[in-house]
Amino acid sequence: MISFSDIAMLTWQHLYLSLLGTVIGSIIGFLLAVWIRRQPRLAGVLIGFAEVIQTIPGMALLAFLLLVFGLGDTTLVVGLALYAILPVLQNTYEGLEGVDPAYREVGKGMGMTRGEIFRQIEVPLAFPVILAGLRVSLVTAIGVATIGVFVGSGGLGSLIYRGLQIIDMPTMMAGAIPVALLAIVLEIALTLLERKLSKVTASR
Amino acid sequence: MSIDYLRIIASLNEGEFLLGVKFEHVTKAYPGHKPAVNELSLEVQTGELLVLIGPSGCGKTTSLRMINRLEEPTSGTIYVDGRDVCSYDPIELRRGIGYAIQQTGLLPHMTIEQNIELVPRLLKWDKKRRHERTRELLSLVDMDYDTFASRYPRQLSGGQQQRIGVLRALATDPPVILMDEPFGALDPISRESLQTELKRLQSRLRKTIVFVTHDIDEAMRLGDRIAILQDGQLHQIGTPQELVQAPRDEFVAKFMGRLFNFPKIQTSVDLIGQFMQEDTSHVHQECSEHGKIVKIDHLPLWCWIDRNGVLRGVSSQPPTGADQWDRNDWTDPKLAAVKDTDASEVVLKRLIEGEAEALPVIGEGEQFIGVVTQRSALKALSNVEMENDE
Repeated sequence: MISFSDIAMLTWQHLYLSLLGTVIGSIIGFLLAVWIRRQPRLAGVLIGFAEVIQTIPGMALLAFLLLVFGLGDTTLVVGLALYAILPVLQNTYEGLEGVDPAYREVGKGMGMTRGEIFRQIEVPLAFPVILAGLRVSLVTAIGVATIGVFVGSGGLGSLIYRGLQIIDMPTMMAGAIPVALLAIVLEIALTLLERKLSKVTASR
Repeated sequence: MSIDYLRIIASLNEGEFLLGVKFEHVTKAYPGHKPAVNELSLEVQTGELLVLIGPSGCGKTTSLRMINRLEEPTSGTIYVDGRDVCSYDPIELRRGIGYAIQQTGLLPHMTIEQNIELVPRLLKWDKKRRHERTRELLSLVDMDYDTFASRYPRQLSGGQQQRIGVLRALATDPPVILMDEPFGALDPISRESLQTELKRLQSRLRKTIVFVTHDIDEAMRLGDRIAILQDGQLHQIGTPQELVQAPRDEFVAKFMGRLFNFPKIQTSVDLIGQFMQEDTSHVHQECSEHGKIVKIDHLPLWCWIDRNGVLRGVSSQPPTGADQWDRNDWTDPKLAAVKDTDASEVVLKRLIEGEAEALPVIGEGEQFIGVVTQRSALKALSNVEMENDE
Protein backbone atom coordinates (compact mmCIF):
# COMPACT_ATOMS: atom_id res chain seq x y z
CA MET A 1 0.00 0.00 0.00
CA ILE A 2 0.95 3.64 -0.39
CA SER A 3 2.00 5.25 2.83
CA PHE A 4 1.19 8.80 3.81
CA SER A 5 4.86 9.71 3.82
CA ASP A 6 5.14 8.52 0.20
CA ILE A 7 2.37 10.89 -0.81
CA ALA A 8 3.94 13.73 1.16
CA MET A 9 7.31 13.07 -0.45
CA LEU A 10 5.83 12.96 -3.96
CA THR A 11 3.79 16.12 -3.31
CA TRP A 12 6.93 17.90 -2.22
CA GLN A 13 8.80 16.65 -5.27
CA HIS A 14 5.94 17.76 -7.51
CA LEU A 15 5.89 21.20 -5.99
CA TYR A 16 9.65 21.48 -6.13
CA LEU A 17 9.87 20.60 -9.82
CA SER A 18 7.00 22.93 -10.69
CA LEU A 19 8.52 25.80 -8.74
CA LEU A 20 11.95 25.24 -10.24
CA GLY A 21 10.59 25.27 -13.79
CA THR A 22 8.38 28.29 -13.11
CA VAL A 23 11.15 30.30 -11.48
CA ILE A 24 13.59 29.66 -14.31
CA GLY A 25 10.97 30.42 -16.96
CA SER A 26 9.78 33.53 -15.09
CA ILE A 27 13.27 34.96 -14.82
CA ILE A 28 13.75 34.45 -18.55
CA GLY A 29 10.30 35.92 -19.26
CA PHE A 30 10.97 38.93 -17.05
CA LEU A 31 14.36 39.65 -18.58
CA LEU A 32 12.98 39.26 -22.09
CA ALA A 33 10.16 41.68 -21.25
CA VAL A 34 12.64 44.27 -19.99
CA TRP A 35 14.75 43.76 -23.08
CA ILE A 36 11.96 44.02 -25.66
CA ARG A 37 10.77 47.30 -24.12
CA ARG A 38 13.88 48.80 -25.60
CA GLN A 39 13.36 46.98 -28.90
CA PRO A 40 9.66 47.60 -29.54
CA ARG A 41 9.91 46.08 -33.01
CA LEU A 42 10.95 42.75 -31.52
CA ALA A 43 8.10 42.74 -29.00
CA GLY A 44 5.49 41.33 -31.38
CA VAL A 45 7.86 38.72 -32.81
CA LEU A 46 9.04 37.46 -29.45
CA ILE A 47 5.63 37.34 -27.84
CA GLY A 48 4.34 35.55 -30.94
CA PHE A 49 7.12 33.00 -30.64
CA ALA A 50 6.35 32.39 -26.96
CA GLU A 51 2.69 31.95 -27.92
CA VAL A 52 3.67 29.22 -30.39
CA ILE A 53 5.52 27.34 -27.62
CA GLN A 54 2.43 27.73 -25.44
CA THR A 55 0.22 26.05 -28.04
CA ILE A 56 2.34 22.89 -28.33
CA PRO A 57 0.62 20.18 -26.28
CA GLY A 58 2.53 19.16 -23.15
CA MET A 59 3.14 15.59 -24.20
CA ALA A 60 4.53 16.69 -27.57
CA LEU A 61 6.78 19.36 -26.08
CA LEU A 62 8.22 16.89 -23.60
CA ALA A 63 8.74 14.39 -26.43
CA PHE A 64 10.81 16.95 -28.35
CA LEU A 65 12.82 17.84 -25.26
CA LEU A 66 13.40 14.16 -24.55
CA LEU A 67 15.43 14.04 -27.74
CA VAL A 68 17.77 16.68 -26.39
CA PHE A 69 17.88 16.13 -22.64
CA GLY A 70 17.08 12.44 -22.33
CA LEU A 71 15.08 10.81 -19.54
CA GLY A 72 14.95 12.58 -16.20
CA ASP A 73 14.04 15.71 -14.29
CA THR A 74 15.93 18.07 -16.61
CA THR A 75 13.57 17.46 -19.51
CA LEU A 76 10.54 18.18 -17.33
CA VAL A 77 12.02 21.31 -15.76
CA VAL A 78 13.02 22.70 -19.16
CA GLY A 79 9.52 22.03 -20.46
CA LEU A 80 7.94 23.76 -17.47
CA ALA A 81 10.28 26.71 -17.89
CA LEU A 82 9.30 27.08 -21.55
CA TYR A 83 5.63 27.15 -20.60
CA ALA A 84 6.30 29.71 -17.87
CA ILE A 85 7.96 32.20 -20.19
CA LEU A 86 4.95 33.49 -22.08
CA PRO A 87 2.58 34.47 -19.23
CA VAL A 88 5.35 36.24 -17.35
CA LEU A 89 6.81 37.85 -20.47
CA GLN A 90 3.46 39.12 -21.61
CA ASN A 91 2.30 40.37 -18.23
CA THR A 92 5.60 41.98 -17.36
CA TYR A 93 5.69 43.75 -20.69
CA GLU A 94 2.11 44.96 -20.44
CA GLY A 95 2.45 45.78 -16.75
CA LEU A 96 5.52 47.93 -17.29
CA GLU A 97 4.09 49.61 -20.38
CA GLY A 98 0.87 50.24 -18.47
CA VAL A 99 2.51 52.30 -15.73
CA ASP A 100 1.12 55.83 -15.90
CA PRO A 101 3.87 57.93 -17.55
CA ALA A 102 3.14 60.65 -14.98
CA TYR A 103 4.75 58.50 -12.28
CA ARG A 104 7.84 57.95 -14.40
CA GLU A 105 7.94 61.70 -14.88
CA VAL A 106 7.71 62.25 -11.12
CA GLY A 107 10.70 60.00 -10.62
CA LYS A 108 12.64 61.84 -13.28
CA GLY A 109 11.77 65.21 -11.80
CA MET A 110 12.92 64.06 -8.37
CA GLY A 111 16.29 63.15 -9.85
CA MET A 112 15.98 59.38 -10.16
CA THR A 113 18.22 57.54 -12.57
CA ARG A 114 16.66 55.17 -15.11
CA GLY A 115 17.54 52.23 -12.91
CA GLU A 116 15.99 53.83 -9.86
CA ILE A 117 12.81 54.61 -11.79
CA PHE A 118 12.69 50.99 -12.95
CA ARG A 119 13.27 49.47 -9.51
CA GLN A 120 11.41 51.91 -7.32
CA ILE A 121 8.51 52.94 -9.53
CA GLU A 122 7.90 50.77 -12.58
CA VAL A 123 8.38 47.30 -11.11
CA PRO A 124 6.40 47.95 -7.90
CA LEU A 125 3.53 49.49 -9.85
CA ALA A 126 3.50 46.67 -12.41
CA PHE A 127 3.95 43.99 -9.76
CA PRO A 128 0.32 42.88 -9.40
CA VAL A 129 0.15 42.31 -13.15
CA ILE A 130 3.48 40.48 -13.16
CA LEU A 131 2.26 38.35 -10.28
CA ALA A 132 -0.84 37.39 -12.26
CA GLY A 133 1.46 36.06 -14.98
CA LEU A 134 3.43 34.16 -12.38
CA ARG A 135 0.24 32.61 -11.02
CA VAL A 136 -0.84 31.39 -14.45
CA SER A 137 2.65 29.95 -15.02
CA LEU A 138 2.76 28.16 -11.69
CA VAL A 139 -0.70 26.63 -11.94
CA THR A 140 0.05 25.52 -15.49
CA ALA A 141 3.29 23.98 -14.26
CA ILE A 142 1.52 21.97 -11.56
CA GLY A 143 -0.68 20.50 -14.31
CA VAL A 144 2.10 19.83 -16.80
CA ALA A 145 4.32 18.26 -14.14
CA THR A 146 1.82 15.39 -13.78
CA ILE A 147 2.94 14.07 -17.17
CA GLY A 148 6.57 14.28 -16.12
CA VAL A 149 6.32 10.61 -15.33
CA PHE A 150 6.43 9.85 -19.07
CA VAL A 151 9.91 11.34 -19.38
CA GLY A 152 11.20 9.60 -16.33
CA SER A 153 10.68 12.39 -13.86
CA GLY A 154 8.90 12.21 -10.53
CA GLY A 155 5.98 13.90 -8.88
CA LEU A 156 2.41 12.94 -8.16
CA GLY A 157 1.91 11.93 -11.80
CA SER A 158 3.71 8.67 -11.06
CA LEU A 159 0.96 7.63 -8.63
CA ILE A 160 -1.79 8.44 -11.09
CA TYR A 161 0.05 6.56 -13.85
CA ARG A 162 0.64 3.53 -11.67
CA GLY A 163 -3.00 3.51 -10.55
CA LEU A 164 -4.16 3.71 -14.15
CA GLN A 165 -2.03 0.78 -15.20
CA ILE A 166 -3.23 -1.56 -12.47
CA ILE A 167 -6.71 0.00 -12.43
CA ASP A 168 -6.38 0.77 -8.73
CA MET A 169 -8.68 3.59 -7.67
CA PRO A 170 -7.05 4.39 -4.29
CA THR A 171 -3.60 4.73 -5.88
CA MET A 172 -4.94 6.99 -8.61
CA MET A 173 -6.75 9.20 -6.08
CA ALA A 174 -3.66 9.33 -3.89
CA GLY A 175 -2.02 11.17 -6.77
CA ALA A 176 -5.00 13.03 -8.24
CA ILE A 177 -6.37 14.60 -5.04
CA PRO A 178 -3.12 16.17 -3.80
CA VAL A 179 -2.26 17.52 -7.26
CA ALA A 180 -5.69 19.08 -7.65
CA LEU A 181 -5.49 20.59 -4.15
CA LEU A 182 -2.03 21.91 -4.84
CA ALA A 183 -3.23 23.75 -7.94
CA ILE A 184 -6.33 25.14 -6.24
CA VAL A 185 -4.50 26.30 -3.12
CA LEU A 186 -1.78 28.06 -5.13
CA GLU A 187 -4.34 29.68 -7.39
CA ILE A 188 -6.34 31.04 -4.45
CA ALA A 189 -3.31 32.14 -2.45
CA LEU A 190 -1.73 34.02 -5.32
CA THR A 191 -5.03 35.60 -6.35
CA LEU A 192 -5.51 36.91 -2.83
CA LEU A 193 -1.98 38.28 -2.72
CA GLU A 194 -2.53 39.92 -6.08
CA ARG A 195 -5.71 41.60 -4.91
CA LYS A 196 -4.07 42.86 -1.79
CA LEU A 197 -1.17 44.33 -3.73
CA SER A 198 -3.26 45.93 -6.44
CA LYS A 199 -5.30 47.66 -3.74
CA VAL A 200 -2.11 49.27 -2.56
CA THR A 201 -0.94 50.33 -5.99
CA ALA A 202 -4.34 51.53 -7.20
CA SER A 203 -3.96 55.27 -7.40
CA ARG A 204 -6.16 57.66 -5.50
CA MET B 1 35.51 82.03 -12.24
CA SER B 2 36.23 85.69 -11.63
CA ILE B 3 32.65 86.62 -12.40
CA ASP B 4 31.32 84.07 -9.98
CA TYR B 5 33.63 85.43 -7.35
CA LEU B 6 32.36 88.95 -7.83
CA ARG B 7 28.79 87.80 -7.72
CA ILE B 8 29.36 86.00 -4.49
CA ILE B 9 30.92 89.07 -2.92
CA ALA B 10 28.02 91.16 -4.17
CA SER B 11 25.46 88.79 -2.79
CA LEU B 12 27.20 88.56 0.56
CA ASN B 13 27.06 92.29 0.80
CA GLU B 14 23.35 92.13 0.31
CA GLY B 15 23.19 89.51 3.03
CA GLU B 16 21.81 86.96 0.64
CA PHE B 17 22.83 83.69 -0.89
CA LEU B 18 23.26 83.24 -4.56
CA LEU B 19 20.45 80.89 -5.30
CA GLY B 20 18.20 82.60 -7.73
CA VAL B 21 17.21 81.46 -11.18
CA LYS B 22 17.96 83.39 -14.33
CA PHE B 23 16.81 82.98 -17.92
CA GLU B 24 18.95 84.54 -20.63
CA HIS B 25 17.49 84.65 -24.15
CA VAL B 26 16.06 81.18 -23.73
CA THR B 27 14.30 79.64 -26.69
CA LYS B 28 12.69 76.23 -26.88
CA ALA B 29 11.49 75.16 -30.29
CA TYR B 30 10.07 71.88 -31.44
CA PRO B 31 10.62 71.03 -35.10
CA GLY B 32 7.70 72.14 -37.24
CA HIS B 33 6.08 74.28 -34.55
CA LYS B 34 6.18 77.84 -33.40
CA PRO B 35 8.72 78.16 -30.59
CA ALA B 36 7.15 77.18 -27.25
CA VAL B 37 9.42 79.63 -25.49
CA ASN B 38 10.89 82.51 -27.44
CA GLU B 39 13.87 84.61 -26.31
CA LEU B 40 12.78 84.55 -22.68
CA SER B 41 14.90 86.57 -20.29
CA LEU B 42 13.97 87.00 -16.68
CA GLU B 43 15.46 86.76 -13.25
CA VAL B 44 14.00 85.15 -10.16
CA GLN B 45 15.50 86.69 -7.09
CA THR B 46 16.61 84.78 -4.06
CA GLY B 47 13.78 84.20 -1.62
CA GLU B 48 11.19 85.40 -4.06
CA LEU B 49 8.07 83.61 -5.19
CA LEU B 50 7.72 84.32 -8.89
CA VAL B 51 4.52 83.26 -10.60
CA LEU B 52 4.59 82.35 -14.28
CA ILE B 53 1.14 82.82 -15.70
CA GLY B 54 -0.51 82.98 -19.08
CA PRO B 55 -3.03 81.26 -21.31
CA SER B 56 -2.47 77.60 -22.08
CA GLY B 57 0.30 77.09 -24.58
CA CYS B 58 2.11 80.23 -23.50
CA GLY B 59 5.22 78.27 -22.56
CA LYS B 60 5.02 78.60 -18.79
CA THR B 61 5.32 74.90 -18.00
CA THR B 62 8.03 74.41 -20.61
CA SER B 63 10.00 77.27 -19.06
CA LEU B 64 9.66 75.69 -15.64
CA ARG B 65 10.73 72.28 -16.88
CA MET B 66 13.84 73.71 -18.47
CA ILE B 67 15.06 74.84 -15.05
CA ASN B 68 15.59 71.28 -13.84
CA ARG B 69 16.39 70.06 -17.33
CA LEU B 70 13.30 67.98 -17.91
CA GLU B 71 13.45 69.92 -21.17
CA GLU B 72 16.60 71.23 -22.77
CA PRO B 73 16.56 74.74 -24.21
CA THR B 74 17.17 75.02 -27.96
CA SER B 75 19.24 78.12 -27.38
CA GLY B 76 19.99 80.52 -24.57
CA THR B 77 21.14 79.83 -21.05
CA ILE B 78 19.45 79.19 -17.73
CA TYR B 79 21.37 79.81 -14.54
CA VAL B 80 20.64 78.31 -11.15
CA ASP B 81 22.81 79.60 -8.37
CA GLY B 82 24.74 81.62 -10.92
CA ARG B 83 25.74 78.52 -12.85
CA ASP B 84 24.56 77.32 -16.25
CA VAL B 85 22.16 74.40 -15.69
CA CYS B 86 23.72 72.53 -18.59
CA SER B 87 26.96 72.33 -16.63
CA TYR B 88 25.26 70.33 -13.87
CA ASP B 89 24.71 66.60 -14.02
CA PRO B 90 20.93 66.46 -14.61
CA ILE B 91 20.40 63.89 -11.85
CA GLU B 92 22.32 65.97 -9.30
CA LEU B 93 20.57 69.13 -10.44
CA ARG B 94 17.10 67.63 -10.01
CA ARG B 95 17.94 66.21 -6.62
CA GLY B 96 19.00 69.68 -5.55
CA ILE B 97 15.81 71.40 -6.68
CA GLY B 98 12.41 70.87 -5.07
CA TYR B 99 9.68 69.91 -7.50
CA ALA B 100 5.95 69.81 -6.83
CA ILE B 101 3.52 69.02 -9.59
CA GLN B 102 -0.09 68.91 -10.58
CA GLN B 103 -2.25 66.05 -9.31
CA THR B 104 0.16 65.66 -6.39
CA GLY B 105 2.39 63.16 -8.19
CA LEU B 106 2.53 61.05 -5.05
CA LEU B 107 3.52 57.48 -5.79
CA PRO B 108 0.57 55.27 -4.91
CA HIS B 109 2.63 52.26 -3.83
CA MET B 110 4.60 54.23 -1.27
CA THR B 111 3.40 55.37 2.12
CA ILE B 112 3.30 59.04 2.99
CA GLU B 113 6.61 58.72 4.79
CA GLN B 114 8.23 56.93 1.84
CA ASN B 115 6.91 59.57 -0.52
CA ILE B 116 8.30 62.42 1.55
CA GLU B 117 11.60 60.60 1.94
CA LEU B 118 11.99 59.96 -1.75
CA VAL B 119 14.81 62.39 -2.45
CA PRO B 120 16.53 62.01 0.95
CA ARG B 121 16.63 58.28 0.21
CA LEU B 122 18.15 58.89 -3.20
CA LEU B 123 20.74 61.05 -1.47
CA LYS B 124 21.40 58.19 0.95
CA TRP B 125 20.52 60.04 4.14
CA ASP B 126 20.59 57.65 7.07
CA LYS B 127 17.34 56.36 8.49
CA LYS B 128 17.38 58.48 11.62
CA ARG B 129 17.91 61.72 9.76
CA ARG B 130 15.16 60.90 7.22
CA HIS B 131 12.77 60.00 9.98
CA GLU B 132 13.40 63.20 11.89
CA ARG B 133 12.99 65.26 8.77
CA THR B 134 9.65 63.64 7.93
CA ARG B 135 8.35 64.36 11.43
CA GLU B 136 9.49 67.93 11.18
CA LEU B 137 7.89 68.42 7.78
CA LEU B 138 4.56 66.92 8.78
CA SER B 139 4.46 69.19 11.79
CA LEU B 140 4.91 72.17 9.47
CA VAL B 141 1.45 71.52 8.07
CA ASP B 142 -0.08 70.28 11.32
CA MET B 143 -0.33 66.69 10.24
CA ASP B 144 0.29 64.13 12.95
CA TYR B 145 3.19 61.80 12.21
CA ASP B 146 1.67 58.76 13.92
CA THR B 147 -1.63 59.21 12.11
CA PHE B 148 -0.38 59.87 8.61
CA ALA B 149 3.14 58.56 8.07
CA SER B 150 2.18 54.97 7.37
CA ARG B 151 -0.90 55.70 5.26
CA TYR B 152 -1.03 55.41 1.51
CA PRO B 153 -1.81 58.46 -0.62
CA ARG B 154 -5.24 57.16 -1.65
CA GLN B 155 -6.26 57.14 2.03
CA LEU B 156 -5.83 60.92 2.18
CA SER B 157 -8.07 63.72 0.95
CA GLY B 158 -7.03 65.69 -2.12
CA GLY B 159 -5.92 68.61 0.02
CA GLN B 160 -3.87 66.40 2.33
CA GLN B 161 -2.24 64.68 -0.65
CA GLN B 162 -1.30 68.03 -2.09
CA ARG B 163 0.23 69.11 1.21
CA ILE B 164 2.40 66.01 1.10
CA GLY B 165 3.32 66.88 -2.49
CA VAL B 166 4.57 70.25 -1.29
CA LEU B 167 6.37 68.73 1.69
CA ARG B 168 8.14 66.30 -0.61
CA ALA B 169 9.49 69.25 -2.55
CA LEU B 170 10.77 70.71 0.72
CA ALA B 171 12.26 67.46 2.01
CA THR B 172 15.93 68.19 1.48
CA ASP B 173 15.47 71.88 2.24
CA PRO B 174 16.41 72.89 -1.31
CA PRO B 175 16.94 76.61 -1.90
CA VAL B 176 15.04 76.53 -5.19
CA ILE B 177 11.61 74.99 -5.63
CA LEU B 178 9.59 74.55 -8.79
CA MET B 179 5.82 74.24 -8.57
CA ASP B 180 3.75 73.33 -11.59
CA GLU B 181 0.09 74.11 -10.87
CA PRO B 182 0.35 72.22 -7.61
CA PHE B 183 -3.16 73.15 -6.49
CA GLY B 184 -4.80 72.92 -9.91
CA ALA B 185 -6.85 69.82 -9.22
CA LEU B 186 -8.31 70.91 -5.89
CA ASP B 187 -11.74 72.26 -5.04
CA PRO B 188 -11.77 76.03 -4.39
CA ILE B 189 -11.92 75.71 -0.61
CA SER B 190 -8.95 73.36 -0.21
CA ARG B 191 -7.09 75.36 -2.81
CA GLU B 192 -7.46 78.51 -0.83
CA SER B 193 -6.43 76.95 2.42
CA LEU B 194 -3.35 75.47 0.76
CA GLN B 195 -2.47 78.81 -0.76
CA THR B 196 -2.69 80.39 2.66
CA GLU B 197 -0.55 77.62 4.06
CA LEU B 198 2.07 77.96 1.34
CA LYS B 199 2.17 81.67 1.98
CA ARG B 200 2.68 81.06 5.67
CA LEU B 201 5.44 78.52 5.00
CA GLN B 202 7.10 80.83 2.51
CA SER B 203 7.11 83.73 4.96
CA ARG B 204 9.17 81.51 7.26
CA LEU B 205 11.32 79.61 4.79
CA ARG B 206 11.97 82.27 2.16
CA LYS B 207 12.72 79.85 -0.66
CA THR B 208 13.24 80.85 -4.24
CA ILE B 209 10.05 79.53 -5.80
CA VAL B 210 8.97 79.47 -9.42
CA PHE B 211 5.26 78.82 -9.46
CA VAL B 212 3.27 78.05 -12.60
CA THR B 213 -0.47 78.62 -12.65
CA HIS B 214 -3.22 79.69 -15.00
CA ASP B 215 -5.30 81.05 -12.13
CA ILE B 216 -4.87 84.80 -11.79
CA ASP B 217 -6.42 84.79 -8.29
CA GLU B 218 -3.77 82.34 -7.19
CA ALA B 219 -1.07 84.44 -8.81
CA MET B 220 -2.23 87.58 -7.03
CA ARG B 221 -2.45 85.84 -3.70
CA LEU B 222 0.93 84.12 -3.79
CA GLY B 223 3.24 85.99 -6.10
CA ASP B 224 5.86 88.44 -4.92
CA ARG B 225 6.10 89.14 -8.61
CA ILE B 226 4.11 87.85 -11.54
CA ALA B 227 5.45 87.20 -15.01
CA ILE B 228 2.79 87.14 -17.69
CA LEU B 229 3.77 85.03 -20.66
CA GLN B 230 2.15 85.01 -24.05
CA ASP B 231 3.20 82.97 -27.08
CA GLY B 232 6.40 81.99 -25.36
CA GLN B 233 7.44 85.53 -24.65
CA LEU B 234 7.58 87.59 -21.51
CA HIS B 235 4.76 90.06 -21.80
CA GLN B 236 5.02 91.91 -18.54
CA ILE B 237 6.60 91.28 -15.18
CA GLY B 238 5.94 93.08 -11.94
CA THR B 239 4.39 92.93 -8.51
CA PRO B 240 0.65 92.27 -8.38
CA GLN B 241 0.25 95.92 -7.50
CA GLU B 242 2.15 97.13 -10.56
CA LEU B 243 0.23 94.87 -12.90
CA VAL B 244 -3.12 96.11 -11.64
CA GLN B 245 -2.13 99.75 -11.61
CA ALA B 246 -0.07 99.88 -14.75
CA PRO B 247 -0.92 97.09 -17.15
CA ARG B 248 1.27 97.36 -20.21
CA ASP B 249 -1.55 96.85 -22.65
CA GLU B 250 -5.04 95.57 -23.26
CA PHE B 251 -3.96 91.93 -22.92
CA VAL B 252 -2.60 92.38 -19.41
CA ALA B 253 -5.50 94.62 -18.41
CA LYS B 254 -7.95 92.00 -19.62
CA PHE B 255 -6.04 89.27 -17.86
CA MET B 256 -6.05 91.20 -14.62
CA GLY B 257 -9.62 92.27 -15.29
CA ARG B 258 -10.84 88.72 -14.79
CA LEU B 259 -10.31 89.39 -11.14
CA PHE B 260 -13.01 91.95 -10.77
CA ASN B 261 -16.60 91.73 -11.66
CA PHE B 262 -17.53 95.22 -10.54
CA PRO B 263 -15.84 97.74 -12.81
CA LYS B 264 -17.60 100.71 -11.18
CA ILE B 265 -15.58 100.36 -8.04
CA GLN B 266 -12.34 100.70 -9.87
CA THR B 267 -13.20 104.24 -10.75
CA SER B 268 -15.11 105.20 -7.64
CA VAL B 269 -13.11 103.99 -4.68
CA ASP B 270 -9.50 104.57 -5.51
CA LEU B 271 -7.86 104.69 -2.16
CA ILE B 272 -8.09 102.55 0.85
CA GLY B 273 -8.25 105.70 2.91
CA GLN B 274 -11.82 106.09 1.70
CA PHE B 275 -12.99 103.17 3.73
CA MET B 276 -10.38 102.76 6.39
CA GLN B 277 -11.45 102.95 10.02
CA GLU B 278 -9.10 104.68 12.40
CA ASP B 279 -10.30 104.58 15.98
CA THR B 280 -11.56 101.11 16.48
CA SER B 281 -8.88 99.58 18.62
CA HIS B 282 -7.99 99.43 22.28
CA VAL B 283 -4.78 98.50 23.99
CA HIS B 284 -4.69 94.86 24.98
CA GLN B 285 -1.30 94.89 26.63
CA GLU B 286 1.67 97.18 26.91
CA CYS B 287 5.35 96.57 27.50
CA SER B 288 8.07 99.19 27.75
CA GLU B 289 10.52 97.12 25.78
CA HIS B 290 8.43 95.70 22.93
CA GLY B 291 5.66 98.25 22.53
CA LYS B 292 2.00 97.37 22.75
CA ILE B 293 -0.57 94.92 21.51
CA VAL B 294 -3.87 96.38 20.41
CA LYS B 295 -7.06 94.49 19.80
CA ILE B 296 -9.36 95.62 17.03
CA ASP B 297 -12.87 96.09 18.41
CA HIS B 298 -15.42 93.39 17.61
CA LEU B 299 -12.97 91.44 15.49
CA PRO B 300 -10.53 88.58 16.08
CA LEU B 301 -7.52 90.68 15.21
CA TRP B 302 -4.55 91.63 17.34
CA CYS B 303 -1.76 93.92 16.19
CA TRP B 304 1.65 94.35 17.74
CA ILE B 305 2.88 97.91 17.41
CA ASP B 306 6.33 98.85 18.61
CA ARG B 307 7.27 102.03 20.43
CA ASN B 308 7.80 103.87 17.17
CA GLY B 309 4.32 103.06 15.97
CA VAL B 310 5.58 100.49 13.46
CA LEU B 311 3.40 97.43 12.91
CA ARG B 312 5.50 94.40 13.82
CA GLY B 313 3.03 91.54 13.67
CA VAL B 314 -0.56 90.48 13.17
CA SER B 315 -2.43 87.64 14.78
CA SER B 316 -5.91 86.22 14.72
CA GLN B 317 -5.39 84.52 18.09
CA PRO B 318 -5.20 86.39 21.38
CA PRO B 319 -1.50 86.49 22.23
CA THR B 320 -0.86 84.94 25.61
CA GLY B 321 1.94 83.55 27.71
CA ALA B 322 5.50 84.60 28.28
CA ASP B 323 6.60 84.00 24.70
CA GLN B 324 4.02 86.30 23.15
CA TRP B 325 6.73 88.58 21.87
CA ASP B 326 8.27 85.68 20.04
CA ARG B 327 8.11 86.72 16.43
CA ASN B 328 7.15 83.25 15.22
CA ASP B 329 3.68 83.59 16.68
CA TRP B 330 2.97 86.68 14.64
CA THR B 331 2.21 86.81 10.97
CA ASP B 332 4.54 89.07 9.06
CA PRO B 333 2.81 92.39 8.32
CA LYS B 334 4.10 92.08 4.77
CA LEU B 335 1.57 89.29 4.32
CA ALA B 336 -1.23 90.25 6.65
CA ALA B 337 -1.38 94.01 6.26
CA VAL B 338 -2.07 96.36 3.39
CA LYS B 339 -0.54 99.72 2.55
CA ASP B 340 -2.65 102.85 2.40
CA THR B 341 -1.41 103.31 -1.14
CA ASP B 342 -2.46 99.84 -2.29
CA ALA B 343 -4.97 99.65 -5.11
CA SER B 344 -8.39 99.38 -3.57
CA GLU B 345 -9.43 96.57 -5.92
CA VAL B 346 -6.77 94.29 -4.53
CA VAL B 347 -7.64 95.06 -0.95
CA LEU B 348 -11.36 94.74 -1.57
CA LYS B 349 -10.78 91.41 -3.21
CA ARG B 350 -8.83 90.11 -0.27
CA LEU B 351 -11.63 91.13 2.06
CA ILE B 352 -14.46 89.91 -0.09
CA GLU B 353 -12.87 86.56 -0.75
CA GLY B 354 -12.75 86.03 2.98
CA GLU B 355 -9.03 85.82 3.43
CA ALA B 356 -9.59 87.87 6.55
CA GLU B 357 -12.45 89.76 8.10
CA ALA B 358 -10.20 92.73 8.55
CA LEU B 359 -6.78 93.86 7.45
CA PRO B 360 -4.51 96.31 9.25
CA VAL B 361 -3.41 99.28 7.18
CA ILE B 362 0.12 100.64 7.32
CA GLY B 363 1.25 103.98 6.09
CA GLU B 364 4.64 105.46 5.45
CA GLY B 365 7.46 103.73 7.32
CA GLU B 366 5.17 100.80 8.11
CA GLN B 367 3.35 102.85 10.70
CA PHE B 368 0.07 101.35 11.83
CA ILE B 369 -2.70 103.74 10.87
CA GLY B 370 -5.96 101.83 10.92
CA VAL B 371 -7.90 98.85 9.65
CA VAL B 372 -10.15 98.01 6.76
CA THR B 373 -12.94 95.57 7.51
CA GLN B 374 -15.51 93.79 5.44
CA ARG B 375 -18.09 96.06 7.00
CA SER B 376 -16.28 99.26 6.13
CA ALA B 377 -15.68 98.00 2.61
CA LEU B 378 -19.37 97.25 2.20
CA LYS B 379 -20.27 100.68 3.48
CA ALA B 380 -17.89 102.35 1.08
CA LEU B 381 -19.25 100.36 -1.82
CA SER B 382 -22.87 101.13 -1.00
CA ASN B 383 -22.05 104.85 -0.87
CA VAL B 384 -20.52 104.55 -4.30
CA GLU B 385 -23.66 102.88 -5.61
CA MET B 386 -25.79 105.68 -4.23
CA GLU B 387 -23.61 108.39 -5.67
CA ASN B 388 -23.84 106.75 -9.05
CA ASP B 389 -27.62 106.52 -8.85
CA GLU B 390 -28.02 110.22 -8.29
